[in-house]
Amino acid sequence: MTLDITDLKVTIGGREILRGVDLSLQEGRVHGLAGESGSGKTMTGLAVLGLLPHGARATGRIALGERDLLTLPPRELNKVRGGEVAMVFQDPATSLHPMLSVGRQLTEHMRHHLKLDKREARARAVELLGKVRIPGAEEAYGRFPHQFSGGMRQRIAIAIALACSPRVLIADEPTTALDVTVQAGVLRLLRGLCDELGLAVLLVTHDLGVMSAIADEVSVMKDGLVVETGPRGKVLREPSHAYTRSLLDSLPGETA
Amino acid sequence: MTLEIKDLVVEHRSPGRPVVRAVAGASLTVRPGEVVGLVGESGCGKSTLARAVCGLNPVTEGSITFEGVPVTPLGLRRRTLTGVQMVFQDPYASLNPRRRVGDQIADGLRTARDGETDPADLLERVGLPREFAGRHPHEFSGGQRQRIAIARALAARPRMLIGDEPISALDASAQAQVATLMRDLAVDSGAGLLFISHDLSVVRLIADRIAVMYLGRIVEIGDTAEVWDNPRHPYTQALLRAIPKPDGMGVLPEELTGDVPDPAAPPEGCRFHPRCPFAMDVCRVKEPEPGPVACWLHEPA
Repeated sequence: MTLDITDLKVTIGGREILRGVDLSLQEGRVHGLAGESGSGKTMTGLAVLGLLPHGARATGRIALGERDLLTLPPRELNKVRGGEVAMVFQDPATSLHPMLSVGRQLTEHMRHHLKLDKREARARAVELLGKVRIPGAEEAYGRFPHQFSGGMRQRIAIAIALACSPRVLIADEPTTALDVTVQAGVLRLLRGLCDELGLAVLLVTHDLGVMSAIADEVSVMKDGLVVETGPRGKVLREPSHAYTRSLLDSLPGETA
Repeated sequence: MTLEIKDLVVEHRSPGRPVVRAVAGASLTVRPGEVVGLVGESGCGKSTLARAVCGLNPVTEGSITFEGVPVTPLGLRRRTLTGVQMVFQDPYASLNPRRRVGDQIADGLRTARDGETDPADLLERVGLPREFAGRHPHEFSGGQRQRIAIARALAARPRMLIGDEPISALDASAQAQVATLMRDLAVDSGAGLLFISHDLSVVRLIADRIAVMYLGRIVEIGDTAEVWDNPRHPYTQALLRAIPKPDGMGVLPEELTGDVPDPAAPPEGCRFHPRCPFAMDVCRVKEPEPGPVACWLHEPA
């Protein structure tokens, strides 16, 4: 089971944002997508979910199994979105609804996609909260996002994403808003979930350290194009594209 | 011209909940022209400390003095203490959306009784074109807004600038730029800078001294290079180890075991002992004395 993106082009208002992106995600692998802000990393992630801004036109092919997500009718796409493909956003303070309890946000789509009844959904939600290591999962179920720290909120967002057992997880800068110690925990969690559940993960991040820690494959984007793709060790240690090299060189050195 | 924080305790009280000691006895000095970076995990009380310094949170115990004068809580009355200015975390919330940025900067100038400087001069100092003074905040990106917020804070001629996570809401590419800008502007004007951030790599870039805070207390303080190269407190060591290195080796950063304890019920003895790999018997019963390193491993005999 893979997600294959071929020649994805996105134009918004006549401006080409993505100019032919090729990516392929595999089960149980983390694919890192690096690049500066404005290079089109996030747009690539959003295109997969059909969440592009209004007026955006996407061409190319995003194949999930046999289906092309770009041509799927809205009803079908709704089944995929949140069900088979899930997303974790950068800022858990804004991606969670502030006025709905964590339990409500965790069970809403489960009841919709998996047709679970209230009790089953609740049991699964508590189990998920335990899985992403939220202490006191039972009590956490009834609380609201503001009662949790940033790291805990991001864990909740991950739990929400995992609720319907997706096959593909798109994580857009999932640890950028977090402390390093918390980031370490969330990265370990993501890697563990990827290995355990056989998720195909697309990790969008500008942080090459994060990339180096958990990605198996790394793609580097610049101006809407993927300039380099390869195994982590190769891209980060012996980059073949000048742009990747300049990204690596711009990092503060260990002893500097 | 020094900011002195002595044994500061700040408590948050809310009805129906236990009292939370967000800052539980922290001491810190920031001298003029000096940049002190305060780092720690979220929830360790670093923002509360910053807010207390500006009088935005009442002090429960201990003292905060600026140039020998105690900092009083901000009230309805016009305040006399304008030497301390703050740059807040979120430039989308800290600027008034309905007023031109030039007018907002002029507020700062008025505070300093400066009738001559043009707000546009300040925009220039933070690296923005002069014409921007006539625009409204929504016309700017996050990085530009934070520069405007910095210009507004500088307009009041602060002798101490406080940055409460001023870069964490910004795009990654803008973070280092804005942090360096703050440092340069503060140091050039001879003001001190207390820079609060959870991002150690940025703090390392701009701070002269680093203070590490854990659960309301400062556990280690020292020169940046020293703390970075030779961290002595087990918590500082854990913090630095958690930064992933871009070496392409696929090494997951080390996670600090356990969770941050509830600040409403901190553990007995050293606050870090439940998560500390070197915890000894003494750590469970007695809290180490605050010093450069608040740890029993490094206690002077």
